[in-house]
Amino acid sequence: MAGHSLPSSKGHGQGTVAWFSLEIGRWRKRRQTGYRLAEVPSITTKKILALLLAMLPLLPEATSADERQLSVYAPVATYNVPIQERSGHEYVGLLELLEPLGRITSEASAGRWRIRFDAIDAEFVPGKTRARVQGREADLTSPFLVENGRGFVSVASLGTLLPKFLGSPVNFHESARRLFIGDVAIRPNFRLETDPQPHLVVNFAVPVNPTISTEPGRLRMVFKHDPVVAPENPTSSFDNKVITQATFSESNGVAELEIAATIPLIARFSNNAKTITLSAAPSVASANSTVPPAQGIVTPATTSPLPPTAQAPSQSAPANPQQSVNRPLAVVDPAHGGEERGAALTDKLSEKDVTLGFGRLLRHELEIRGFAVLLLRDGDNTLTLDQRAGAANAAHAVVYVSLHAVSPGNGAAVYAALMPVAAQNSGTFRAWNSAQASALPVSRMVESAIASELTKKQFQVREAAASLRPLNNVVMPAIAVELAPGPNGISDLTSASYQQKAAAAIADGINTVRDRLVGQP
Amino acid sequence: MIPRSLFITISIMLVLVVALGFYFRRMQQQAYELEPAATAALPVTPPASGPTENVTLYVADDAAGELHPESAKIPLPAGRQQRAEELLRALLRVYQQPGAVHPLAAASDIRSIYLVDPGVAVVDLNAAFADQHRSGIMVEQLTVNSLVETLAANVPGIQSVSILVEGKPRDTLAGHADLTQFFDVPTVSHVVNGQ
Repeated sequence: MAGHSLPSSKGHGQGTVAWFSLEIGRWRKRRQTGYRLAEVPSITTKKILALLLAMLPLLPEATSADERQLSVYAPVATYNVPIQERSGHEYVGLLELLEPLGRITSEASAGRWRIRFDAIDAEFVPGKTRARVQGREADLTSPFLVENGRGFVSVASLGTLLPKFLGSPVNFHESARRLFIGDVAIRPNFRLETDPQPHLVVNFAVPVNPTISTEPGRLRMVFKHDPVVAPENPTSSFDNKVITQATFSESNGVAELEIAATIPLIARFSNNAKTITLSAAPSVASANSTVPPAQGIVTPATTSPLPPTAQAPSQSAPANPQQSVNRPLAVVDPAHGGEERGAALTDKLSEKDVTLGFGRLLRHELEIRGFAVLLLRDGDNTLTLDQRAGAANAAHAVVYVSLHAVSPGNGAAVYAALMPVAAQNSGTFRAWNSAQASALPVSRMVESAIASELTKKQFQVREAAASLRPLNNVVMPAIAVELAPGPNGISDLTSASYQQKAAAAIADGINTVRDRLVGQP
Repeated sequence: MIPRSLFITISIMLVLVVALGFYFRRMQQQAYELEPAATAALPVTPPASGPTENVTLYVADDAAGELHPESAKIPLPAGRQQRAEELLRALLRVYQQPGAVHPLAAASDIRSIYLVDPGVAVVDLNAAFADQHRSGIMVEQLTVNSLVETLAANVPGIQSVSILVEGKPRDTLAGHADLTQFFDVPTVSHVVNGQ
């Protein structure tokens, strides 16, 4: 369930902090070097600066509070929900929490807040700790809150509240803010081998995509989107002088494996990213013996550590290509978002909401087929078409998939760019509006492969060419999929099972031409 | 003590003010009621005159997701530009009939078409055409293909088509079909005929 997201334009807070730090730095420097008479700040300025300095220690606390998040791992989606603090308790938005898992509607009337999640009705009363789910009473640990029409429940209530909605077991690691729905947890399995050189083999049941960083004496693997849980013993000690210990920890929605070693280590992915092998870095290894150079190596010197407090996916760092060097990168682009709603599928349902859920499912389906995925939008944020194309091109992905939804029609349609194949791009630079030209033949191959897989899954499928941006601005093979309702009508568009069937077919189609995609120049 | 004549004069003036107020309010309401009717009316286009000719209209079919050529007899004026406009208006009438397989809003219209040498046609749609168009990749692309292919099939020499709305460039028709580019007629024809 690993994935990466485009940094959103919501970095205003960080920018302000950076500006503030810069100004304080300048002020200190000027104090050290002394002022000329005309530059001596007034008493008022001094007071303001003193006040700002006094506030400085408060900033980290405020920032860390903003970054609190709940990671949710479910068979149909992996996502993060921001946590708000109210009256000393942690709260999450109920709509945000349940929306990726099924169809949800809400209404507020007569002092009550009602939701319908799939076929389950629930009623909450603002300020009360008692709720009703399917006619049965449910207790909340803190009073229910409504802000701007959105209902919030305390995080501590989720362990008992969610099973009533989902009908499946929920395992909530409350202190770590990690919520596992159904049987999704992955336990790492360690195997230390010493021949020819000591190396630690870490196996997982499904592909994983951790962020890897190193510092003297240890290598860290941070799992932001993988439901990795502790092995039988959170700390495993090895009877070896080189690789000594593996320690599991989890906090703020993120799991971490820390490998202690006496020499610098490198990580190598294999077995479709289900296996990570940690061994001596080449310089160390070559000094001792000959370890064959491996493909898919993550070199410690080039990876950047990420703060353990991961941000929401839409604000997280983009993919580091070296981290997934043996996993081809796919860009998934849920169309529309933010101020741009896309088509009005019903009075209350917008295209942007369907494409977001659909995109998350496709990310999951691609990841379990061994792709690294850059999800361009993992929230309701606005991205221009140029930003989408620019992000895809900068990521050097092997394929770009734009997701759309439409209410009339039946099944799905797959599109490649409508443009002359003969559009020329000579030299190093490519014309923005015909950047797709050289990749168009492979795009059509991907289009046909996806259409074929959709047909196998009983979708009524149509293949066509469309003048749809940003397909023509993308240098890699690029297609768009427009999902229309199935036999159950418009409700299919919000059905997780219908979307997952379509997402699986798209991922299968891409996987069938994987070799052709990876072989792209 | 107020003189009786002054009292009567003031009373009459007050009655007049109230009456005028009611009158103006009524006039305002009438103007408001008339206004939507004026804007909702279709643009006044003089009926085409000229000999009736056989043309081929490429009509979109939403269910099939493709275009079908249909023959039609319509009066066409002598001028090449006017012929192109009448051609697309005839196509619009097909889409504006009740039960059309690719319905367009009743207020949709072609404002004008400019034929620019060499081989460029600039189609200027009215605002209602785009604003009231259904949103979706397929429905929008079918509309564009239908306009381009119908023009290309009946007005020789057109190699590319640009689409404006109310005389101005527009990003998309209804959120999807890109209108910022010129549509290459051979490419569109290849898609339409190879569908």
